[in-house]
Amino acid sequence: MERWRTYGFVAGFLAVPIVLYTVFVISPYVQAFQISLTDWNGIAARPGYVGLDNFRRLLGDEVFWRALRNHGILLLVLPIATIVIALFFAFLLNLGGGARGPGMAGVRGSAFYRVVFFFPQVLAVAVVGVLFKAVYRPDESGVINGALVRLGADPVGWLIEPDLALWSIIAVMVWQAVGFYVVLFSAGMAAIPKDYFEAAALDGAGRARLFFSITLPLLRDTVQVGWVYLGIAAFDGFALIQVLAGDKGEPDGATTVLPIEIWKNAFSYSKVGYASAMGVALFFLTVTFAVLTLRTTRRERIDL
Amino acid sequence: MTHPGEITRRQLIRRAGLTALIVGPGAGLLGGCATGGGDEPAAPVTSAAGSADPRNPFGVDARKPLKVTIFSGGYGDAYAKEIHEPLYKKEFPGAAVEHDATQQISTQLRPLFVSGDVPDVVNNSGPQALDLVALAEQGHLADLTALFDAPSIDDPARKVRDVVTPAVLDNAKIDGKDLVLNYTVSHRALWYNAKLFAAKGWTVPKTWAEFTALGDKAKAEGILLFAYPGQKGPYYQLWNVLYTAAKIGGNQAIIDIDNLVDGAWKSEPVKQAVAAWADIQARYGDKAYFGLDHTQTQVKQLQDKLLFYPVGSWIENEMAKDKPDGFEYAIAPIPDVTAADKMPYGAIQVGVGENFFVAARGKNPQGGLEYLRIMLSKDGARGFTEKTQNLTVVNGAAEGLDLPPGLRSAAKAQDAAGQNIITDARFEGWYKELFDYGTEQINVVMAGRITPDEFCSRMQAKADAIKKDGSVPKQTRGE
Repeated sequence: MERWRTYGFVAGFLAVPIVLYTVFVISPYVQAFQISLTDWNGIAARPGYVGLDNFRRLLGDEVFWRALRNHGILLLVLPIATIVIALFFAFLLNLGGGARGPGMAGVRGSAFYRVVFFFPQVLAVAVVGVLFKAVYRPDESGVINGALVRLGADPVGWLIEPDLALWSIIAVMVWQAVGFYVVLFSAGMAAIPKDYFEAAALDGAGRARLFFSITLPLLRDTVQVGWVYLGIAAFDGFALIQVLAGDKGEPDGATTVLPIEIWKNAFSYSKVGYASAMGVALFFLTVTFAVLTLRTTRRERIDL
Repeated sequence: MTHPGEITRRQLIRRAGLTALIVGPGAGLLGGCATGGGDEPAAPVTSAAGSADPRNPFGVDARKPLKVTIFSGGYGDAYAKEIHEPLYKKEFPGAAVEHDATQQISTQLRPLFVSGDVPDVVNNSGPQALDLVALAEQGHLADLTALFDAPSIDDPARKVRDVVTPAVLDNAKIDGKDLVLNYTVSHRALWYNAKLFAAKGWTVPKTWAEFTALGDKAKAEGILLFAYPGQKGPYYQLWNVLYTAAKIGGNQAIIDIDNLVDGAWKSEPVKQAVAAWADIQARYGDKAYFGLDHTQTQVKQLQDKLLFYPVGSWIENEMAKDKPDGFEYAIAPIPDVTAADKMPYGAIQVGVGENFFVAARGKNPQGGLEYLRIMLSKDGARGFTEKTQNLTVVNGAAEGLDLPPGLRSAAKAQDAAGQNIITDARFEGWYKELFDYGTEQINVVMAGRITPDEFCSRMQAKADAIKKDGSVPKQTRGE
């Protein structure tokens, strides 16, 4: 009886979120799996089942592989660049000033920088997109190219050269993400007891040594979480690429990613079945990535 | 013909949510689905000729409400709200007209077609227009034969089909049936600033040699001969190249492409057209325009930084707000590319556009047909032209109106062209995937990353793939 009362109480709280989650998350997922086996065009009352045809087609689709390649680059570059930069800034903000007064302190003005770094995170993705459209504009009216032209250089087609476009977009993604991870890592660093640093500093450890031998190992869990978040972000990029590069992943599909292709197939070409197959592929890619990352980086916890 | 801007992530999420809403809570996860279950399509209303009364030929129920959805892009929606809908209400004072304006026709209406609660009249336009071929396959589009055969409002002795420009009837057809009404007429070629030409003493080039000579002169003054927007608007250049091909080799060049004829993209006229424009870009172009969108490019033209811009007559109204006094839009035909072009100098593209259809399984298809008949009356058409500064397909409806100079120049060019009218490329609507691929590849070839021959081979390969793809319904055209 007592047990029923407890579970009933808990279940009462859980019922509403679970129903909402089922209706708005699980059921669309399940439907996407179902639709991916059909040739539905978004309008037909009765979609025809085509088995695994959509997936077979996917494997032979050059654009699909191009999108996967871009995800691969994103997956390698986005987390590493973001985490390295964020760690560096977080270290400077929290510990970079060395031992000042009681415990460690950040560089001068770190409270101010902390706010500045966080700014990009507050902006909506669409705003960031429009902002960087102006920054990357390929003629002398662009922010970067205006400066280049004034210095006597030729303007650079940041978003229109196929070899450059994806990197320009990755730079924006990193720029936007860094602020959040600075805050995340700062919180992690604040949790490291000050005595460790003081002891090491007394033993004559420099800033680099402090960072690699104490900060980094003790931040491992936080960095790992950041890695998973950023990896999942590398499977998206939809809104930013839509605004900055265009709805076909221009130029020449050099910046296309799966969400862009899904959007295009479902809403422009009415190939909802095929688009769902891409969605299913994306789902498995994301899940595989998250599981792999968590598995391979698991290690004994260090108790502070 | 404007672009309604980018979709945001939020909207995408909302769309995903819509799918779930159709299912509704409690529906079986697999049974109830976004595809709307297995309802047999209700018998669509195909024939609405129920009345002999010339004032109400479709037998409209005067009390039934009418739902109208308008794409509020370059033309806005004032013409519907302030002209056509009041005209309908005047005819049927008891009927309520529900007006809905959107820039996302497809995302907003597709769920309604699945669930069955469709608007009666739809202005299907914009980059997110509904796939009409797919709708036609499902019997969602009402047959417009009754409309074209109905007496016209202004002169009951004449049928509607006799008061509109003939291209309307050609372009109405999907799978051989009259299902779509194209409402506007546009003139496409190169557009330039007549006042700048007058001030400089330049004349419009008639041959390719004159065209490049003018390019040199303009270059000396820091003006670009030609540019098109590489972002969002590369299809303007795809049109331009196709129309140039038609000028060189006759309309058959485009008709073959539309009909997916083997080797159509590798025909000599297409190759020559692509090569001619790629050469212009290489010698007179500026690669920065590959990264500018249509508005940025059009503003540059208003600043006299470029001479010729490939677009249609809607440009004048689209840029009316930004247009300085020293700028006057005028149309210039594509210059002769070779000495033996099939079409003489002066040929321009005159086409119909802006799709309207009546939903066959809406609540009031008769009212929908009547609404279109009102649009095709002189009052309806003249009102549209007044509101949008664009011409309609209704013959003589703009007579006596004070048209802006760009439209006047287009009308004059059409007179001069006579029979030499370049046809529209219909694969744009029929095979969107091929058209989209073309808009991507045109940037590649214009930027010089592939040769014109490679462009033609790539397009041919894509066209062949579409031809082989059994899931894509095929269309054909005559002439």
